[in-house]
Amino acid sequence: MAMHPGRQMTLRQMKIGQTGTVIGALGGRGLIRRLEALGIRPGKRVIKISSTPLRGPVTLRVGSTQVAVGFGIANRIIVEVDKYLREGPVTR
Amino acid sequence: MRILLVGNPNVGKSALFSRITGTHIIASNYPGTTVRFTKGYLKSGDLQAQVIDIPGTYTLEPTSKAEEIAVEMLKDGDLVINVVDATNLERNLNLTLQLLKRQIPVIVALNMWDDTRHRGINIDVTKLEELLGVPVVPTVGITGQGIKELVRCLPEARVPKTTYSGSDERWARVGDIVNQVQLLKHRHHTWYENLEDASNHRIGGVFIALLVLFASFWLIRLVGEGIISYITEPLFEWLWTPLLMKLSLALGSNAFWHNILIGKLVSGQLDYYQSFGLLSTGFYIPLGAVLPYIVSFYLALGILEDVGYLPRLAILMDTIMHRLGLHGYAIIPTILGFGCNVPGIMATRILESRRERFIAATLISIGIPCAALQAMIIGLVGQHGGQYVAMVYGSLFVSWLIIGLILNHAVKGFSPEILLEIPPYRLPLLRVIAEKLWLRVHGFIKEALPVVLGTVLVVNILYTLGVFNLITNIAAPILTRLLGLPKETVVALVIGFLRKDIAIGMLAPLALTAKQLVISSTVLAMFFPCVATFVILARELGARDTLKATGIMVAAALTMGSLQNLIL
Repeated sequence: MAMHPGRQMTLRQMKIGQTGTVIGALGGRGLIRRLEALGIRPGKRVIKISSTPLRGPVTLRVGSTQVAVGFGIANRIIVEVDKYLREGPVTR
Repeated sequence: MRILLVGNPNVGKSALFSRITGTHIIASNYPGTTVRFTKGYLKSGDLQAQVIDIPGTYTLEPTSKAEEIAVEMLKDGDLVINVVDATNLERNLNLTLQLLKRQIPVIVALNMWDDTRHRGINIDVTKLEELLGVPVVPTVGITGQGIKELVRCLPEARVPKTTYSGSDERWARVGDIVNQVQLLKHRHHTWYENLEDASNHRIGGVFIALLVLFASFWLIRLVGEGIISYITEPLFEWLWTPLLMKLSLALGSNAFWHNILIGKLVSGQLDYYQSFGLLSTGFYIPLGAVLPYIVSFYLALGILEDVGYLPRLAILMDTIMHRLGLHGYAIIPTILGFGCNVPGIMATRILESRRERFIAATLISIGIPCAALQAMIIGLVGQHGGQYVAMVYGSLFVSWLIIGLILNHAVKGFSPEILLEIPPYRLPLLRVIAEKLWLRVHGFIKEALPVVLGTVLVVNILYTLGVFNLITNIAAPILTRLLGLPKETVVALVIGFLRKDIAIGMLAPLALTAKQLVISSTVLAMFFPCVATFVILARELGARDTLKATGIMVAAALTMGSLQNLIL
């Protein structure tokens, strides 16, 4: 399936159900390492599953793992989103 | 020989450990169940080994206290069983490759093997073995499938030649391996995956949380009261009381031994709350009043743990917990604290920073009443009506909240944000739930009963020696003026340091009003941790922070008690 060049945005800005590819994370080594350990690193396909009101955590699926990240961290993860909702290989 | 079980959090190390060693330990469906290492032994043919279950870690560069322990332990091992979640190959192999670089023989247990099939995952085990250069054995920890094979293959564990440098190259290797051994098939959502999505939903999530909490309380009450009215009450009433009355007659009601063993008779009858003998109150409080609620609480907790609900609750609570200087994950130690503060405070090790651990441990000791204390509060205060029990719980919750808000501002340092793997929902096996329940109930009887009996004995001796009169008179002004309590309640407050359930029991003979009962129960719950909790606090926080936490508790208890005295 052809990949459309998508827009870059933060994980927080993504809509629920939207898919994309991780570009990177803005943060220190510590944060990058913790994200990496959970499988969130550049090139990985992610789908945003939910968000919580009042600046609560965002959950996403990466590979077969579901991960919750705090609001601030979600603001620092940059994702290139696919042009259309639910397009491209969504991994579960 | 010393064998270490190493792997990511929540891949089933503890379940595998129980299978390999026959030593049962608590396993649950959330990352971070094991916060310290557990030892067991394995004997198989010529092989004799010590097996150690260590806390899960994602990398060998630790990010929390529990992970630090894991990495520290690695230095003392002779062989590593790397437990890998077969449904999460990529992330798990990242740790595996890090392990292979250490000069220690490794064997891989490809756990949760049964889950791969219905998730549409196909793994070529032979190919994986070849690529890693170490034996790989598919296992299912909770059923025991593959364990014999794993033990048989232990001597084949080896240190392979692994060449990669830096984390980028390592991830590339991982990706390469996964591409070669894993085949994914598309398949449809199962019903509990749909439920997973629903509990993540904004409104659905809150609705499910309320439902779960309501169902849990209902289950705890139903089972607890059921055990009391159908098992423990009849046993005590029809079996134990007649026996003790015979003994009472034989001893003669004024004899020394009568006082120690049976205690005082209240208008010629045995009163399990007031008699205060070793065999009467000493047995009744832990076994008759508290045990039923220990069983029901840990039954409900075990189900929630194994289903995998707790991490979802952590997400929902995250926003509130942030105001208290914690993040959502701190709800797990808090919930464990409702059973007993000791494992609750120990579980604060899953939190990343020292500041969080201090706040969480202090809040648990102040605002979270353990099951033993709760059973007694419900039993004694509840006699005057449910609204009074609600007042105690309400006051504890308000204190918990306010002290958390204050600590968040007052304690220096920084609290990191939540970053948590959410495990899939799993249908718990009845056998696993039952085993875990037995483990915890057995632990309670073994640890609490001797302390309770000792406390009752000490109380009797101190009464006889008249020591309490001295303390009572010194503390009288504070108690009567500030809290509006009769000076005799001070004895209960002092004994609360040993066992809080006994302390509540000691309020029974004082003929307190409902208001006084509410105040004394609340103060007792907050005032000072029991000795077991105190020891754990000192171990986890160090002497200075324990003193600080204790100071906060005393101040908070007196403030809350005086407020109740003014308002109620």
